[in-house]
Amino acid sequence: MNPVLIAALVLGGVGLVCAVLLVVASKFMAVPVDERFPKIRECLPGANCGGCGYAGCDGYANALVDGSEESISKCTAGGAAVAEALAKVTGKVAEAVEPKVAYVHCLGTCDKTEKKAAYNGTKTCKASKILFGGEGACTFGCLGYGDCAAVCPQQAINVINGVAHVNGARCIACGQCVTVCPQKIVSLIPADAAVKVTCSSKDKGPVVMKACKAGCIGCGLCQRNCPAEAIKVEGFLATIDYDKCIGCGKCKEVCPRKCIL
Amino acid sequence: MSDGAKLLLIAFSMIFTENYVLVQFIAICPFLGVSKNFDSCIGMSGAVIFVMTLASAVTWVIYHFLLDPFGLTYLQTIVFILVIAALVQFVEIVLKKYIKPLYKALGIYLPLITTNCAVLAVTILNIDESYNFIEACVEGATAGVGFGLALILFCGVRKALERAKPPKCFEGLPITLVAAALTSMTFMGFTGIADNLFH
Repeated sequence: MNPVLIAALVLGGVGLVCAVLLVVASKFMAVPVDERFPKIRECLPGANCGGCGYAGCDGYANALVDGSEESISKCTAGGAAVAEALAKVTGKVAEAVEPKVAYVHCLGTCDKTEKKAAYNGTKTCKASKILFGGEGACTFGCLGYGDCAAVCPQQAINVINGVAHVNGARCIACGQCVTVCPQKIVSLIPADAAVKVTCSSKDKGPVVMKACKAGCIGCGLCQRNCPAEAIKVEGFLATIDYDKCIGCGKCKEVCPRKCIL
Repeated sequence: MSDGAKLLLIAFSMIFTENYVLVQFIAICPFLGVSKNFDSCIGMSGAVIFVMTLASAVTWVIYHFLLDPFGLTYLQTIVFILVIAALVQFVEIVLKKYIKPLYKALGIYLPLITTNCAVLAVTILNIDESYNFIEACVEGATAGVGFGLALILFCGVRKALERAKPPKCFEGLPITLVAAALTSMTFMGFTGIADNLFH
């Protein structure tokens, strides 16, 4: 027989056997994929940010399909629009999704606070924190090495003048910066928050006075003047309860340290 | 040399002296691509060991019972590629159905292996060295182990690189390539050991 023919036959034969094998295998060993999965997955934005608490959008979609996840409003990146789309597909009722953004509760920029030591180690917040709570005079404030900026999937965080700033327009509220910050000074606040506390120091007034020009001294003026009782000063630090806040801005006016913005 | 010693020699040379990645410079793309994080290193090495062993076995059978008798040995490259691609697909289907945990652990790395040149290299080398069936399988598995070793070692190097501060123009891939070269030079130290160890 013609050697070219043999070669073609053998190669074609091997190919055919492989093809038949694959077809048979995919028929007989097909794993049924729940038909709702692609529909649900399509609704999700695909940013894989992990804001819902699952490993990526596929994880969340899977959990919704197999019923281990009840809530359809877990997607912080997509917000209300995604929850609505999911409601259509799953037939569940969407709970109200309040758009949130991450906020760094510190304004201790390089010109407002002092350094107590020169730090020459690894340039991450985590490492800097291990050594005597960071190099700054205030041990509660932003360390400024941008661990949050590094973990942000949207590049929404910039470290400006020693303090991390979140660009609210880009933030999808996935909460990764909240988890990674060793100082725990980043939190998710309502995107339309009228007021926010810009300090995280729980030191007593005089100590804060010495360490930072922008720190909360825990005087309690805001708490006394708030008509809605939304502000509490605990451990020499004001915190706002956004469920109660009516956005009147009284606290902003009375704060002697201008640390409520 | 006894059979056992020969197998040991194959294993030793595949892992150390003839390491695919660091000595023969095969499969550099997954080596650079996957070595960023430890978990994916483990996943990738597991998948490579698995597929290399299977591919060695299957291609050995095909070569000796199909290509050789028909005098078609010149077709080995294309046939092997075909078989490896089909095999990986098949294994993926089977794993997905019957061994879900393994399928999840190997994840995306399984289909990626189709393009890993080390798999083709190991099958062709098996034929060139005229190994028997057992030897071919051992070579396949240990070549995979060698690949995994190189990957995991280099993952550690890259972790250290993240903390280092190279000159601006070297940041990223350039310094990684330099580090890979230095890592590969350490493996040159094994050259010549294998022959004297097992003879």
